[in-house]
Amino acid sequence: MKVLVAVKRVVDYNVKVRPKSDGTDVDLNNVKMAINPFCEIAVEEAVRLKEKGVATEIIAVSIGPKVAQEQIRTALALGADRGILVETEEDVQPLGIAKVLKAVVDKEQPQLVIMGKQAIDGDNNQTGQMLAALTGMAQGTFASEVAVDGDSVAVTREIDGGLQTVKLALPAVVTTDLRLNEPRYASLPNIMKAKKKPLDTLTPDELGIDVTPRVKTLKVEPPAERQAGIKVADVAELVEKLKNEAKVI
Amino acid sequence: MPAPLLNERDLDFMLYEFLDSESMCARERYRDHNRESFDAAIATAKQVAEKYFLPIRGKVDRNEPRFENGRVEMLPEIKQAVDAATEAGFVSSTADYEVGGMQLPLPVATVANAYLTAAGSTTLGYLSLTTANASLIEAHGTPEQIAKWAVPQRSGRFAGTMAMTEPGAGSGLADLITSAERAEDGSYRITGNKIYISGGDHELNENIVHLVLARVKGAPKGTKGISLFIVPKFLVNDDGSLGEQNDVALAGLFHKMGGRGQTSTSLNFGERGGAVGYLVGEENRGLSYMFHMMNEARIMVGTGAATIALTGFQYSLNYARERPQGRLPSCKDPLSPSVNIIEHADVRRMLLAQKAYAEGAFALCLFGAQLADDQHTAPTEEQRSQAKLLLDFLIPMIKTWPSEYGPQANSLAIQVLGGAGYINEHPVEMFYRDNRLNPIHEGTTGIQSLDLLARKVPMQGMAGYHYCLALMRETVAQAGAVAGLEKQAEQLESAIKRLTDTTETLLAAMADTNIDKVLANSVMYLKLFGHVVVAWLWLKQGLVAHQALAQSQHGDEQNFYRGKLQAMRYFFSVELPHTERWSALLMQGEDSAYAMRDDWF
Ligand SMILES: Cc1cc2nc3c(=O)[nH]c(=O)nc-3n(C[C@H](O)[C@H](O)[C@H](O)COP(=O)(O)OP(=O)(O)OC[C@H]3O[C@@H](n4cnc5c(N)ncnc54)[C@H](O)[C@@H]3O)c2cc1C
Repeated sequence: MKVLVAVKRVVDYNVKVRPKSDGTDVDLNNVKMAINPFCEIAVEEAVRLKEKGVATEIIAVSIGPKVAQEQIRTALALGADRGILVETEEDVQPLGIAKVLKAVVDKEQPQLVIMGKQAIDGDNNQTGQMLAALTGMAQGTFASEVAVDGDSVAVTREIDGGLQTVKLALPAVVTTDLRLNEPRYASLPNIMKAKKKPLDTLTPDELGIDVTPRVKTLKVEPPAERQAGIKVADVAELVEKLKNEAKVI
Repeated sequence: MPAPLLNERDLDFMLYEFLDSESMCARERYRDHNRESFDAAIATAKQVAEKYFLPIRGKVDRNEPRFENGRVEMLPEIKQAVDAATEAGFVSSTADYEVGGMQLPLPVATVANAYLTAAGSTTLGYLSLTTANASLIEAHGTPEQIAKWAVPQRSGRFAGTMAMTEPGAGSGLADLITSAERAEDGSYRITGNKIYISGGDHELNENIVHLVLARVKGAPKGTKGISLFIVPKFLVNDDGSLGEQNDVALAGLFHKMGGRGQTSTSLNFGERGGAVGYLVGEENRGLSYMFHMMNEARIMVGTGAATIALTGFQYSLNYARERPQGRLPSCKDPLSPSVNIIEHADVRRMLLAQKAYAEGAFALCLFGAQLADDQHTAPTEEQRSQAKLLLDFLIPMIKTWPSEYGPQANSLAIQVLGGAGYINEHPVEMFYRDNRLNPIHEGTTGIQSLDLLARKVPMQGMAGYHYCLALMRETVAQAGAVAGLEKQAEQLESAIKRLTDTTETLLAAMADTNIDKVLANSVMYLKLFGHVVVAWLWLKQGLVAHQALAQSQHGDEQNFYRGKLQAMRYFFSVELPHTERWSALLMQGEDSAYAMRDDWF
């Protein structure tokens, strides 16, 4: 079975991001970029399915600028078989990404699409759900376990109250949560082999998709700085301050 | 927040700004590469380091391997770490694709390895020896020997060692007595005792390939009669399967100050009639084959020392930012909160000194790694031979300067932590102990200094020496034209003058007075030259930082470059002036140690 994984190029999770001085956006100048950690988990899950003999081919897709090829190649080094970059300079939003992915799904006809539950840049947590809605595929979000069985997949989901397992008919969309697996790293020989794997480039236009943003960013500013704390002499003073200054009790 | 193993921004600076490693991709050997694959390899090293090496670093230090019933017992986690690093490709990162390598340029591999070193230099030691052993066999072995002994090391089946030292032959290898006798089948029987052999026995791999220096019966005395042999722990059948155990016995383990996770062994060859050994290359040329690898091995020692200094610096920096203690002298209010110790200028002094030593040392080693690569892969024959010339010349400094100043940096890291630095809840005391080996092995500081003054300076009509001076003067000219760096350019120019005056005086004295007396001060000469070379490389870093600072908009970036420039200033203001005193002592022919007599002690 064919598995499609979506990988997004985002700011490396170690980077402390800052707004630009004019407040129009986050400052990404000279900042280290990486594959979104949730997408990495998606790639890992697909590779494990292939190692188990369930998946036969893994296609890694990214939507973004030309340099997003790097993140596709990371996925190829981890074990994906080929890559597709849908190249655009536009800052594509979840709905646009979901539409592009739908077009790729129509073309490739995968049985399973695995993607991160969210990307750590926008933290939207929307794309997987939108893709499922657009394609009419079943969805299993926030997966902490994925078990394919014939033409269905059992997805254990992390929900507020604990865990919920749903059984979905294939084809389906699965979005990954943090506990699904621990991604591997690419061995040095595999980094080199990844360079020889096929990587096709398409554009939203070729797919007939309009990716113009629908949501406008008005302003980006840092959260208010935390004020310094104070020391109180005893419990009585604490209670007094909570009552009269903070007015919380 | 835990301290980073290494400063990633600084490593990027070293690799892509100080050196221009990306430009190496234009060379045939590296044409499949780009910055992306370099960064990917470094990222993998970091992940292996954080996942397998770092979590066991303290445990490995506290649980030395034990000698039990004739075999070695060690923590099973060491094998997991060694296997993980091997499977990820770190035994063969620079090796050819054909043997499973990644053909990484040496400077890039050096940075990748730095993560493994910082997270567990001791555990990495097993792999480094295997890499060195396989490279030597690939360079001088027959195709059959390569297939039988090097390929299984690259894949992680076998491990390797270098077995040179004997109880009676350490610095003076000329006196080694391990013997080899030719057998009828063309192999040799080896008899003798080797000591301090790192990784000489363990069960991390199926087999261990010892590269042993020995003297064939009847061979000339001294270094001209030394041959090199492959002596395996287990014999290997022609189909690659293991045969019977060879006549190599583990006589015991040494217990060490640092590097405690790696076995240091005493090995007896030939207790039962002679260990089977296979000659590498020709008889009596063993030492030259070893020396062929010596430059790489010495760069590796220097880099290890520099890297442990870097990681100790990061650890103490992090600590200084979080430890509140005391108030500034100017603060008279006892009710005011205490400051983090980084607010104390003396703590900043210790941090800045570490930065100057560690980053200076690392720059020197990366520059050496670049030359070691250039001597094989630079585009023209002239560039290749110049790289070799300069590397041969600089090698005593590349090995020694980091080995001497790395432990000093680690000592300052301990001091920054105060009492916490002296106890084993923090790793800085271990860094110091681990690093303290480096001035001893691969040629002691004393031996390196003799190599510099008696061999490398006069070598080829002083060609390496003059080439090195010319490059330093180029940098002086460049920096002299940059507003803000003129002072350092001037200081370096005077230091070079001091160095050349001193060198001429010493060479003249060696020619017409007692050579022993002149060479009595060889370590001081090595320090003098080392400080001038490191100042030069700091000025080169300063030039890059100065230019980048003018162009950078981002606050973090500007701070990074300012930090570089400040460390350069520190080195020029506080360290480089030492050369004045050293030079004066050398020129005067300081002879208190030389004239001291045994009976007077
Ligand atoms: C942890 C550890 C790991 C090691 N690993 C290996 C290994 O894997 N394989 C291997 O073969 N060896 C190994 N060695 C041995 C190491 O290379 C030697 O210890 C080193 O070469 C010094 O030799 P030595 O110990 O005999 O000291 P000596 O040679 O006895 O030196 C003692 C002192 O005398 C000085 N000295 C000696 N000769 C001269 C001279 N001509 N002029 C001026 N000063 C001199 C030295 O500088 C030193 O200060 C290891 C050693 C250690 C401690």
